[in-house]
Amino acid sequence: MIEVKRLTKYYGRLSAIQNVSFQVQSGEIVGFLGPNGAGKTTTMRILTCFSPASSGEARILGMDVRDDSLKIRQKVGYLPENVPIYSWMRVTPYLEFVARSKGIPRSKRTEEIQRVSDAVGLNGVRNRIIHALSKGYRQRVGLAQALIGDPPILILDEPTIGLDPRQIREIRELIKGFAHNRTVILSSHILPEVSQVCDRVIIINKGSIVAEDSPSNLARRHGKASRCRIAIKGPEQDVKALLTGMTEVVAVESTGPAAEGEVRLLVESEPETNACPAISRAVVAKGWDLLELSPIHVSLEDVFIDLVTEESTDDRPADSSPAKEQNT
Amino acid sequence: MRGWYAVFHKEIAGFFSVPVAYVVAGSFLLLSGFFFWANVSFMNLISLQAANSPMLMQRINLTDVVIRPLIQNMAIVLLFVMPLLTMRTFSEEKKTGTIELLLTYPVSDIAVVMGKYLASVFMLLVILAGTIPFLLILHMLGIPDAGPLIAGYLGLLLLGSAFLSLGMFISSLTENQIVSAILTFGAALLFWVMNWTASFVEEKFAAIINQLSMLWHLESLNKGVIPLSDISYFVLFTAFFLFMTTRSVETYRWRG
Repeated sequence: MIEVKRLTKYYGRLSAIQNVSFQVQSGEIVGFLGPNGAGKTTTMRILTCFSPASSGEARILGMDVRDDSLKIRQKVGYLPENVPIYSWMRVTPYLEFVARSKGIPRSKRTEEIQRVSDAVGLNGVRNRIIHALSKGYRQRVGLAQALIGDPPILILDEPTIGLDPRQIREIRELIKGFAHNRTVILSSHILPEVSQVCDRVIIINKGSIVAEDSPSNLARRHGKASRCRIAIKGPEQDVKALLTGMTEVVAVESTGPAAEGEVRLLVESEPETNACPAISRAVVAKGWDLLELSPIHVSLEDVFIDLVTEESTDDRPADSSPAKEQNT
Repeated sequence: MRGWYAVFHKEIAGFFSVPVAYVVAGSFLLLSGFFFWANVSFMNLISLQAANSPMLMQRINLTDVVIRPLIQNMAIVLLFVMPLLTMRTFSEEKKTGTIELLLTYPVSDIAVVMGKYLASVFMLLVILAGTIPFLLILHMLGIPDAGPLIAGYLGLLLLGSAFLSLGMFISSLTENQIVSAILTFGAALLFWVMNWTASFVEEKFAAIINQLSMLWHLESLNKGVIPLSDISYFVLFTAFFLFMTTRSVETYRWRG
């Protein structure tokens, strides 16, 4: 469906992305994850035929973004960051303009606008001027314009940025709702969003892809160690000595203040091993009370921070090729 | 060119959604009306004075005293107001970022440029149409000579269209509308007065300077003649800057 090979884009001498390659299958929801300025927007701009790449190849539905730009633009719905829509227009005339631009025949225009308005829930505000709309509704108008013409591919750049938690939830539900028969690429630097919505995550940092997998696989593969939180009623020195002496345990550290006579610890064990059963047996055998024992799951956030910081510690001084994301 | 109409339609709506179009049309018509009234009053005055001298009477006519000066004055007013029509075209879209979406719709760059350009030309036509009452009044007062009138209006249309294409090109270079308007005015004025220097430069340069000057090409049109060379000057001027605008949009994509 979407094939990207060794894509590179320079802004002057700065490279925004270098040798980015990935594939997206039909029907997938793929999340681009990366810190600001990592090259997410640049990649999306190349895929949407807004901006040509300096080198490399990008094919959508078998067509090259350079050669069949106009045909691809028919098949791709795009929502840029910050939702640049004409704020002086009213919602319906704006959607009419979009429908006209996308070549929807006059006879089908009203029907199409009704369809997308229903899909994103715009019916109450169709006669309002866009600049008077709340940010959430503005975002919906942005989604509506991307959906006009029923494109099989949606590219959404930071679709929930700047919204309040309730609006984020609504927009996320909308995206999930119309993703079922479409291929969607969305970018974000908000992790829960990506892990909740996407089938696959592409983590991009400083213009290159650093990891690519499903959210759960990423968490499993890149989790450095498995950890669990425990609380025990017993003498602190003895408890620590016992736990550090166990083979499965790598490190033990105290967490925060505990109540009188209790010990609260964070225990780290080898990856892929679960130390909990052994710990519980040992503690009970000693006759202490086990108050809490809960494994901590590695979140996508940890993976992300690990990957992104790993990269930057590998680098020589901070100046090396600062990737630049243009948002103008 | 598919999709130009969508852009055209949106641009026209844009002109009327902000006061710019009304301000431009209003000030143009107010100034033209003032010049028309002044010319007609002047005609009235000298006709009275010449009433008892048939020699003088023969030399006074509507074309020389009213129409020609009116059209010259309207051309100068166009020089001032056309930059205000084009300053928004690309600058605003670049500033607000809306150009990014526009350029990802299945509309070619040429169609975007032409849609915007034709919308500005449409506004020019609307503004010029606002001066039709002057012509009706002239018809009530006497029998104006149709030749200079038609050639004069054709000149205004060509001149205005040339200013619009120049202005649109400059607007595609900057995000700032004020900068766009001022630079357009400056550039247009330069093309306007260019041939003032023709008298004191070398002869071969003088010919080139004359050929580039707008005023020089307006002269015959103002006399009621429609020479192909002058028409082609304006058409080529317009086409050149439309081409440059398309290129500028393409450059914007590369930088984008």
